[in-house]
Amino acid sequence: MVKVLHPGFYTTIQDLGRKDYQHLGVPISGAMDLHAHRIANALLGNGEDCATLEITMVGPKLEFSCDTTISITGAILSPQINGKPIGLNIAINISKGDELSFSKIQKGFRGYLAVYRGFQTEVVLNSRSMYQGITKSSYVKKGDVLKIEQKNHSNKKYSSIKLNEDYLDSSVIEVFKGPEFDKLNDLQIQSLFNKEFTISKDNNRMAYQLNELIKNDFKDIITSLVLPGTIQLTPSGKLIVLMRDSQTTGGYPRVLQLKETSINAMAQKFTGNKITFKLLS
Amino acid sequence: MSGFKLQYKPFGERSILIEWPQVISGNVLKSMLSYKHRLENYSFKQEVYIKYAYNSILIIYTSTINNFYDEVLTLKSIYDSEFKDVKTEFKLWNIPVCYDLEFGVDLEKISNKNNLTILDIIQLHTSSKYPVYFLGFLPGFLYLGGLNKKLHFPRKKSPRLKVEKGSVAIGGSQTGIYPTQSPGGWQIIGKTPINFFDLNAEKPCFANAGDKIQFVSVSRSDYDSILTKVERQDYIIESEVIDG
Repeated sequence: MVKVLHPGFYTTIQDLGRKDYQHLGVPISGAMDLHAHRIANALLGNGEDCATLEITMVGPKLEFSCDTTISITGAILSPQINGKPIGLNIAINISKGDELSFSKIQKGFRGYLAVYRGFQTEVVLNSRSMYQGITKSSYVKKGDVLKIEQKNHSNKKYSSIKLNEDYLDSSVIEVFKGPEFDKLNDLQIQSLFNKEFTISKDNNRMAYQLNELIKNDFKDIITSLVLPGTIQLTPSGKLIVLMRDSQTTGGYPRVLQLKETSINAMAQKFTGNKITFKLLS
Repeated sequence: MSGFKLQYKPFGERSILIEWPQVISGNVLKSMLSYKHRLENYSFKQEVYIKYAYNSILIIYTSTINNFYDEVLTLKSIYDSEFKDVKTEFKLWNIPVCYDLEFGVDLEKISNKNNLTILDIIQLHTSSKYPVYFLGFLPGFLYLGGLNKKLHFPRKKSPRLKVEKGSVAIGGSQTGIYPTQSPGGWQIIGKTPINFFDLNAEKPCFANAGDKIQFVSVSRSDYDSILTKVERQDYIIESEVIDG
């Protein structure tokens, strides 16, 4: 078991999400930075569908009531065990009674904590990803007890991975043309790819809004399908980058679509960060 | 059933979007459901997930699509293939709604602006059979077609922060039911005791695309007794089999 002494800013359980329930209107969800989630699991020899703890900006304080092995990936979060700094992107043995805490985040926005065989919270529609109205809790709260499996320490050597962390602070977001890209005129296209855009304070697991506007007179489209990484352009000129908890359908023109690796990069951005779009063919 | 000129567009690195003409119609719905059925029965080389809305199908592949044009050729051949449509059974669902002013908080506004009595509104709203096009927006939210023009009414300029579960509402040219409590900008005309999204049920939502919904006006006391039955899970929604 893992006891939550302090929940941090916004902490949730995430896995690969619900891929086959959009016909019921259920969002896909899953780890915002799927790359970091996968690495965290791989470091422990877990399957990629094992649930990790998604940490946002401020890490939680956790107490382990059994032995296990953990790994922490994604944002540079400065984790500590019983007050002593520990490494990122490496498997670390934890003993019963150990306390995991985090000090200031240094780079990126979301980190992932994996435990041996994953967090064993409730499965709803084939996923443990927390989402309001689907799972009983929609985020981790103080006093929660998260079930994990006990693992006795062995002398097993875990491989360490040399990671390329450039994506954590890279400002270039790679995109493809979206289904309604052809509605854009030359001037609008120029603005999209020459302007620098700023992440607005309206950014969460559902969507990131950008501050700078692209003026347009587009009409709404007939409600159609959207994906994580779809960029919608609203009549008021706002660009909305849909993220993992995005609704399944939408009526705004879909002008761009993020490359999958760029969705992970986007998940590491926060209010005030600057980005530019690079069009891929 | 083919005959529509479809557009195939790449959507990110591992999805293909198939689009029908930009109209909401029963014929597009039929064509789409038939194509979806064929796609679901086709043995793709990799696992795919098939989604749909009013006039589009989205095929999400598990890994990157190597050659978009080759894949489109395959999809086109599936569309053009001779196919005996399996007779799908569609249902008409009778959904009880209480249109009392206590629930239908926007009824008076619609009555004034659209020059209808409240009884007219109820009569018009309950006399159509609304086709279910797809589910989206919220878990269990049905996109319905066929709202009588006299009932069209703009969405609220700024949405209510809290619309209660079961609220029956009008937004522009659409009508719908809020399956859970959520923020919402549609005009509320009544409330249904029926559960549209139940995670404990074998099928979380009873309705499918191609089904139809008809609203039935019930009194406040009937609303309460149906709600009690729904909560005890011994209410069976009245339905009949219809021709798609």
